[in-house]
Amino acid sequence: MSDEPTPLGGPDAPRSEVTVERGRRGDSAVPQDATVARPGEPGGGSGFGELRAQLTEWRDAVEQRLPPWWSRALAGALIVAGIVLPFFFTQTSGFLEATLISLAYVVMALGLNVVVGFAGLLDLGYVAFYAIGAYCMGWFASDFFFKTRVHVLVSGVASSEIGIHLNFILILIAAGLICAVAGMLIGLPTLRLRSDYIAIVTLAFGEIIGVVAVNGTSVHVGGGQTLTAGNLGITAIDPPYFPGIGEFNSLKLRPWYWLIYAIMLLVLFVNLRLRDSRQGRAWIALREDEVAAVSMGIPAVRTKLMAYAMGATFGGMAGAFLGAYYTVIDADYFAFSFSIFVLAMIIVGGLGSIWGAVLGALLLSYINYYLIPDVLNTLPQKFGLNFDVSQLSFGVFGFLLVLVMVLRPQGLFPERRRRMELTAEIAPQDSELAEPPA
Amino acid sequence: MEASTISQKMPVAAARPLAAVRRYVGRWGLIVALLALPVYYGVRDLTHGYQVGLNAHGQPIVRHDLTHLGFNLVAGLSNGSIWALIAMGYTLVYGIIELINFAHGDVFMIGSFVSVGLWATFGLGLATGALGLVGGLLATLVIAMLVCGSLNVLIERVGYRPLRGAPKLAPLITAVGFSFILQNVGLLWHGGSPVGVNDLLRENDTVFRISGVIVHRADLLAFAVAIPLVFGLTWFIANTRAGRAMRATAQDPEAARLMGINVNSTISLTFMLGGMLAGAAGLVYALYETNIWYFQGFDAGLIAFTAAVMGGIGNVAGAVLGGLIIGCIQQLSDSRLGPQWTPAVVFGYLIIVMVLRPRGLLGEETREAG
Repeated sequence: MSDEPTPLGGPDAPRSEVTVERGRRGDSAVPQDATVARPGEPGGGSGFGELRAQLTEWRDAVEQRLPPWWSRALAGALIVAGIVLPFFFTQTSGFLEATLISLAYVVMALGLNVVVGFAGLLDLGYVAFYAIGAYCMGWFASDFFFKTRVHVLVSGVASSEIGIHLNFILILIAAGLICAVAGMLIGLPTLRLRSDYIAIVTLAFGEIIGVVAVNGTSVHVGGGQTLTAGNLGITAIDPPYFPGIGEFNSLKLRPWYWLIYAIMLLVLFVNLRLRDSRQGRAWIALREDEVAAVSMGIPAVRTKLMAYAMGATFGGMAGAFLGAYYTVIDADYFAFSFSIFVLAMIIVGGLGSIWGAVLGALLLSYINYYLIPDVLNTLPQKFGLNFDVSQLSFGVFGFLLVLVMVLRPQGLFPERRRRMELTAEIAPQDSELAEPPA
Repeated sequence: MEASTISQKMPVAAARPLAAVRRYVGRWGLIVALLALPVYYGVRDLTHGYQVGLNAHGQPIVRHDLTHLGFNLVAGLSNGSIWALIAMGYTLVYGIIELINFAHGDVFMIGSFVSVGLWATFGLGLATGALGLVGGLLATLVIAMLVCGSLNVLIERVGYRPLRGAPKLAPLITAVGFSFILQNVGLLWHGGSPVGVNDLLRENDTVFRISGVIVHRADLLAFAVAIPLVFGLTWFIANTRAGRAMRATAQDPEAARLMGINVNSTISLTFMLGGMLAGAAGLVYALYETNIWYFQGFDAGLIAFTAAVMGGIGNVAGAVLGGLIIGCIQQLSDSRLGPQWTPAVVFGYLIIVMVLRPRGLLGEETREAG
């Protein structure tokens, strides 16, 4: 067990990836230019490569000086920082709200990263799992099924109401399981297909789920009971309740934050372990070369279905949480643009990289839920302009996507394996092989 | 020993029924699936009849013939020819750089907006005479096509060309980014809800009837614009030097470059053509639906994309066929099941196509489609 370097699993490489990238970004343009312009270094024209080599050298030097326990300490420090974060903000602060929604999106992005990033199955219908997860919350924690009375471990208020009322944790597990089954069902028709065709089928499934959610009011399950409440929304979702802690309250955001933070940590831990497990390596092998992977004995069908199921489970859990947090399950949430939003997170972050998914999700959801509505919105008034930025939110978001992709197509924090491919560290060996021996 | 034989048998047993089904259900199975909807409703109209209104005594008038189905199909074909125009843009772009151009639907939307703007510039209104109307609309068509073509070329130049060597998903994300930007432009241009436009052609006027099936002006308009463009494009790709360069680039960009083809300008030309078709579709759509809104491109884009895939992506004739089929499915679903279910029906068909025949109706077997 002593070979296990970090509690968060696997070699400490991913952690160093994050910190170094962050350090590099923190350096910003000025010191980088200084490095290029440093006298004695040849070739200003190929400055970018030089810079990269220099930074790699620095990274190695920094890594050597750090004590062996530093990654573990950093992980611990980050976790603690996450726990104490809400104390710096008021219970109703906009930033805290944006943060907890962002954390839910991190869970989504980690789930989608399993499907798209690890297994290489482009899924454009991820919104389906958000919908199914949220509807699990709507069905099992409200008075929607008005003919039944089921209560399991819920607060006093909820236990006197009609409908099905289950404990939050139970619903979270149920949402995960139901989404896993749904994920496999969606995955089945795509098993023979590759890349873009998978994207099309999953897109179609996502759209169908959305249409069913909107029109669920005309689908009768029996006895006047409909499937969903459509655009009216299933309302009055029970707030999460834990015996001994009490019921959550929409005016006190800290407990919500800690709840989603705990879910996020759990999913992150599972993701890190999965990536380095036999299953994770099988996914990556399938992504890299399906024929080779299958001929090495990887069961393609089972491995792909497992990826769909895992991704869907995480998406469903995040969906259930968001459903409870918004306290209304409105079919209008489940639009195609949601799938694209989550996909953009993992691609901007760096496809296949867990830390990329986390940071990409934080970045894009902060932009969407904090920067554009809370910060940029007041900007024109400061300059004396009467202009509503929220009308531009689409465009700003689209512009940022284009900008990030054009400047850094591999994502902000690419996976180590992919970075090796892209920076051509392997290429010289290939050319050596191709050269006839002298 | 026991366990190993079971684990070896499992995948075989799971694969065999599927393979058997697949063997029997090839192209014909798909055609049967596509015909199921019209045949079912046709038979239903004949046996159960359909209500055409109330008579003087308030009793429902029920008829037993195929007129209703015929009406659905005419509307479907004319609507489908708009989808065909958009789908050709998808299929051209996909054929040449294997990119799902998500911004394409929004280029089409911009085409509608530009057309409507140009009507005002040219002073086209309900009172305009026939000659002025035809001239003005032709000018609008040409300008809208040029604007959309240039817009598409610009998007390619800024968003896709720098990412030629990048991971395949990167240009997909820039396409989504451009789609958002264009939608925002549309939102600022005409606001967030559908805007009615002048019904310049009085599109619901009857032109003629074929055994009871009414053909409206709108239907004729859609055919009149779509058919020449489809044939023009097919001719262009088949017979001109530039068209041959496009086909060569689609087949193998590297080899095409070695043969002296300027790959970059060929790709630009492809985007130009796709954008021009989208612009034409935008004008027809504005005349046909008599309302425009910033989100129309999204729905139309998904439907047209479905059409392109159904016909076999990368295949121009397939895109047209797919567009017409999707149009018919859509109209049948609109009038029989209710428009709110139409997206689900269309995408359900898409999944059936993908399961039964991933390469589409006319597509060739590719590595991707397996």
